[in-house]
Parts: sequence; C-alpha cells; structure tokens
Amino acid sequence: MYHFKKALLASAIVLGGATASFAACGVDSGRVGIVGNEFPAIQTVAENAAKCDGLDVKANLTADHQKINLAGMQGNPAEYTTAIIANSSIVALINEDVLRPLDDLIAKHGQDIPKNQLITIDGKVMAVAFMANAQHLVYRKDILDELDIAVPTSYEEVLAAAEKIRASGKLQNPVGGAYKTGWNLAQEFVNMYIGTGGSFYKPGTAEVAINNAQGVEALNMMKSLSEYMNPDFLTHDSNLTSDEWEAGNVALMNMWGSRTGRLMDDEGAEPVVYENTTVGGPLTVGDSGKRATTLWWDGWTVAKNISNEDAEATFVAMKNGISPSILNDETMGQAVWMIDGYQPAPVNQGVFDTIAAGASPYPMLPYHGLLHTALGDNISDFLQGKESAEQALSDIEAAYTAAAKEKGFLN
Amino acid sequence: MKHKTFFWFMLPSGLAMLLFIAMPIVSVLIQSVYAPHEQVIIEVENCGPFGCETSTAVDQDATRDLREAEPLGRFVGNNIYTDRNHLATSEIGLAWQSSTGIGDFFSKLLNLPFYGALLFTLTYTAVVTPMALIFGFVIALAVNTLPKLLKGPMIFFSLLPMIVTPLIGALILFWMIDARGVLGSFIQWIASDPNLSLKASTPLTWAMLMVYGIWSSAPFAFVVYYAGLQTVPDDTLESAMIDGATPFERIRYVVLPHLLPLTTFMALIKIMDNFRVFEPIVSFNAAAHAQSLSYFIYNDLGGETQLLSSSAATSVITIICVSILLSPVLYRTWRDFGKS
Repeated sequence: MYHFKKALLASAIVLGGATASFAACGVDSGRVGIVGNEFPAIQTVAENAAKCDGLDVKANLTADHQKINLAGMQGNPAEYTTAIIANSSIVALINEDVLRPLDDLIAKHGQDIPKNQLITIDGKVMAVAFMANAQHLVYRKDILDELDIAVPTSYEEVLAAAEKIRASGKLQNPVGGAYKTGWNLAQEFVNMYIGTGGSFYKPGTAEVAINNAQGVEALNMMKSLSEYMNPDFLTHDSNLTSDEWEAGNVALMNMWGSRTGRLMDDEGAEPVVYENTTVGGPLTVGDSGKRATTLWWDGWTVAKNISNEDAEATFVAMKNGISPSILNDETMGQAVWMIDGYQPAPVNQGVFDTIAAGASPYPMLPYHGLLHTALGDNISDFLQGKESAEQALSDIEAAYTAAAKEKGFLN
Repeated sequence: MKHKTFFWFMLPSGLAMLLFIAMPIVSVLIQSVYAPHEQVIIEVENCGPFGCETSTAVDQDATRDLREAEPLGRFVGNNIYTDRNHLATSEIGLAWQSSTGIGDFFSKLLNLPFYGALLFTLTYTAVVTPMALIFGFVIALAVNTLPKLLKGPMIFFSLLPMIVTPLIGALILFWMIDARGVLGSFIQWIASDPNLSLKASTPLTWAMLMVYGIWSSAPFAFVVYYAGLQTVPDDTLESAMIDGATPFERIRYVVLPHLLPLTTFMALIKIMDNFRVFEPIVSFNAAAHAQSLSYFIYNDLGGETQLLSSSAATSVITIICVSILLSPVLYRTWRDFGKS
C-alpha cells in the first residue's frame, strides 16, 4: 500500500510537471481547430499550438487539406478556426472571403511578430508566415566528381551532365523530377515558364497568354529533361521522386527544400546515396537570366466565421506554435524557419540560395489556381509525343478560359 | 397487399430515396445552370517575406453585395454544358469545318477532354462488363463441380478481390506492375525489352485498368451466378443428359437460359459501376493516359480552385449517359415483365 501511495504521488508530480510545461499564452479559454498539410515542420507548429493553457486545441493535418479547408471554414461557426496554407492555397480562401484580417489581433497580442512574417493583401494582414520553401537542384556529389562534371547552374548543363552520366553507364535515367500529371507537373511548368522570362497573363487582365515562344521553350526543355527520366515519370510525385533518389537511381533533380532533410538522413537509403546527396542552387533555362523556380512561404490564418473569443484563442495558440521556443535540435532542420533563433543547416542552403538569387514568388492571383489545374491536365499529351507544343499550349489556354468564364473571371 | 399496408411498408425507403437520391439530383441540376458571379477584380499591393508586389484580388465588399442580391449566382442556362471542358459544341463545329478528313476530325474530337474521357469510359464499360460476367460464370461453374470439402475455401479465395478495398487492391497492383515490380519485370522478360514500362504506354495502361476492372468485379458475378446455379432444376438437366446432350449443350440450352434474368440484373449493375470508373485511375496514377467523367468531377472539386458548376454539369451528363446505356437492358426487362 505504501508503495502504491508513493507511485501515486510520483505520478501526480510528473503530471504537475507536464502541466507546468504548458504555456500561459495570454488567453485562457476558446476553441482552436487547425487544418493543414502534413509534413514535419507543420506537425511541430500544430504540436506547440496545442500547448497553451486552457485552450481546446484540435488539429487535422492531412495531405488532402486543400480539399477540406474551404468547406471547413465556410460554415458559421467554422469547424476550423485556422488553416495552415502556402502562398498558392491562401488564394482560394481569400477568394471565398473566409479569412479574418488580423490587424486588431496583432495590435493586441502580436506586437512582437517580425514585420516580414506578416502577409498583407491590400493593406490588411491576412496570414502569418513561419517558413520559406523553394525547389532547387539536388545532386549526387560522388557521381558528378567521378565523371568530372561541374555542378550545373542551368537546365542546359543538367542535360549535358545527364548525357555524360548515361553514356558512362552509371545510371540509365539520371534525372529525377516530380512530373506526375496534375498539380506537380503544372508546378514544374510554372517554374520553367518563369525561368524563360514569360508572363502568364496579358498585363492587367485575367486573359491567359502562354501560347508563345517562351511557352514552347519551357515545354521543350521539360520534354528534353523527361527523356533522361524513368519512363514512368508521369506517375511520379514528390514522394515517389524522393524514393527514386533514395534507391540510388537518380543523380540530378529539382526538388523541394522541405524534402531534402529526408534525402540526407540515414534512413531509407544506402550510405553512398545519403552521404553524397548535396543541395545546389536554383537553375536557369535559356538566357533570360531569371531563375526557373518559385519562392514559397507557409503560414497560418484565422477564420472569419468564428467568435471573437475563438479568434483570439486561435491567434495566441498559433503564435505560440511558431514562437522561438519551438526550435530545438530536432526541429531546427525541419524547414527554413522565419523564427528568431533559427540557425540554417547545410540541408537548407538551397532555399537560401534561391531567395538570394532573387527568384520570383509563386503568383498570388485569384485566377491562377484555374491555370494551374489546366496546366496539370494538358501537358502530359505533349510529353508523350501525342501532340505539338503549340497544340498543348492552346489546349491549356482553352481549358483555362472555359473555367475562368464559369468562375466569372472572364466574360 | 392492402394499399394502406403497402404505403406504410414503402414509406421509409421512399422517403430515403427522395432525400438521398432525388433531392441531391435536383440540387445538382440547379447548380449546373448557375455559375458564380462575375468577379470584381481590384488591384492590390501584396507584401510578404519576399517583398511587395502589385497584384490583383477579388473585391470582397462588391462580391458580397452581388451574392446577397442573387444568392444562387448568375443564371447561365446550358453555357456550362456546352463549354469546351464539357460537350464543347462550338469547338466540334470548328473542328468539323477545319478538318482535312474524318481521321483528322476524330483526332481533334478526342483532344477535347470530354470526348477523350468518353472514349476510354465506353471502351472500359464495353470490355469489362461482359468479361467480368463471363469470368464470374466460368468460376461459378468450376466451383460448382468441386467436391464439398474444397468448395468453402475456393469460394473464399474467389471472393478475395471483392473483399479487398478497391483503392488498396489497385495500389497493390500498381506496385506489382512497376518496371521493377514482380509483374512489370515478368512482362519485360516476356517481351524481352528491358525498357518496357506499362505505366508509360497508353494502350498498356488501358489494358492494365481493364484487367484490374475484371479482376475486381468478377467475384460479384461469381457469387450471383453460383447462387443461381443452385436453383437450376436437376430434372431438366437429367432429361437433357438422357436426350444425349453434351456438357456444353447442357450449359448452353439449360443453364444459361435459366440464369438469363440474373445476367440482365448484373449487366445493369455492372454497366452503371463501370461507367463511373474512378478508383483505378487515381490509384494507378493513370490520369495522363485515361480519364473518365467521374475523374473530371473529382478533379473539378479537388483542384486549387473548386469548380462547383462544372462538376455539377459533369454529374448530370454522367446520369444521362448511364440512362442511355441502360435503356436497352431496361427496355428488355420491361418487355419481359409485361409478357409474363
């Protein structure tokens, strides 16, 4: 009995200790519902958002977050009081007016959030960013060194290097890329088209204008690259491309900074692969001087259709989720954090180089999501050799125009 | 049955059908003839971690007023049905005028998303429905002749494809037919072509999707046929044997006619199911080679920007297409029913 009592006492102390690690965030009641993508950095943010004293915090992190966040914020009261989004996905939420401007909450609770983390649209703060992301070159140092190839800085050099690697017999398909039909493939075109110096729309309108020399150049470069890829490339998303990398089948690829940590850790690959996985900078295409990649941020928002109390609770909880105290040995390398006290690791160098090179952010236009979908549906026919680049581009324009007319962006 | 008893007996299912089948169809119909309001676009300055830039955004105040005035959106009639992403009527007209020949016209027609998807969906339905029924029938005949001891385990094994969740079953096959998977390598070995990839070739992807469709739906036909076989009258079979009918003739002239109503019933259900082919396209990542109307609905709802009216129009078109496909079978059932 005595031992039992002692055990009880001990667990009470442990429990007390656990609650003590909960933070007082400045608001002590309210409901917080988080919806967001699922990768380590966001899991860290959601975990720490749940550590506020007295708040009822629930998180739903899933790769399908974009399919549910809008519907989950349109009700009144909204099921999700905050959505963790990126600069592309915030647009769908802003278009439907489900986000609450954060200016009053920042005045009350967020004076210490650095200004460059605030995403303002038309003068109103709509989101707070906490990490940056970009796609950049990842390469196998051992293979490049052995064949005496300099680290490529342009896609033309990637092609030359790929030819050399293939000719050496080391790898049959040395180039990797997330070219899965749909979102991934469209993203690669957006990168490449920006790299050629093209602009997506006629200035000042929602009228698409990609059926031009730059569009053809971008598509042709994608096709040339795909000839050095695994023949199944149209089924490979970022996850499968990473798997191909870890299997040691790929020596050069354009990959997300947020995924390089997984490639460089000692899980899932042979030492020769992960020890030689090195990040490079952003690539160029042609002679426009622009980088063929886009800059991304991830951030959180607050829903419009919730009570002031819940909005305040959500704000302080999410602010706690991105406070400097979340950074430790484990979380430091998960992302390029925009948080004070963040120390860059070699794995993050690619994203920094991309920012330093002055790459463009992904376009935050209300109708760009429609173009992204049209791109994802219509490029694969060209890459398979079923139609010409001009035909593919005119299909994309026609598909976008029909969708934009339906949505009321075009007459 | 008294009318009153019949009424109370039918009421729950009638109500459920009204609520969960009729009302959603009406709502989808309404949705498909309305589109969102004209967007009021304003120029704004966006600032973020990568600096400031001039951009555009939707004017929320103006939009709110528009929405309050007309909550359903703007009435567009059949505009969405006829636009390029659906029936593409004007594009077909243009293609007809500008085509050099019938082949050119068809290649232009199949380049339009709706008709490309229709070609795959109809081919899939036309191949998978009869093949699944035939396979199911053959398995049922085979199992029926087994000794009692083996019947149980064999029935269980034959049902496995139906027990496995479709998405999971398709994913397992997806990995097996990978260039480095067990089936993929086997096919490369047979064709003696080390670079052959099922996932990179349109005809092979179609074949793979259809094989999957047959594999996953044959068990359903098997169960129904197996149950039907238990009801074949022994007397008739015996007299056929006495008359000197071969086993094949017994199946052709006794068993098959007896099972015809079952076949009609399964053809109805399988045509409906196969026309809505969806899961294999998603789990085989096959959208580059094969698309279906259901896949379009999914794509419209899961894209960066949801296209509600477009997906509603595709849903209505799906319903119409299924009714057209079913009409011969339905007519036949109605005629047979009228006869007896």
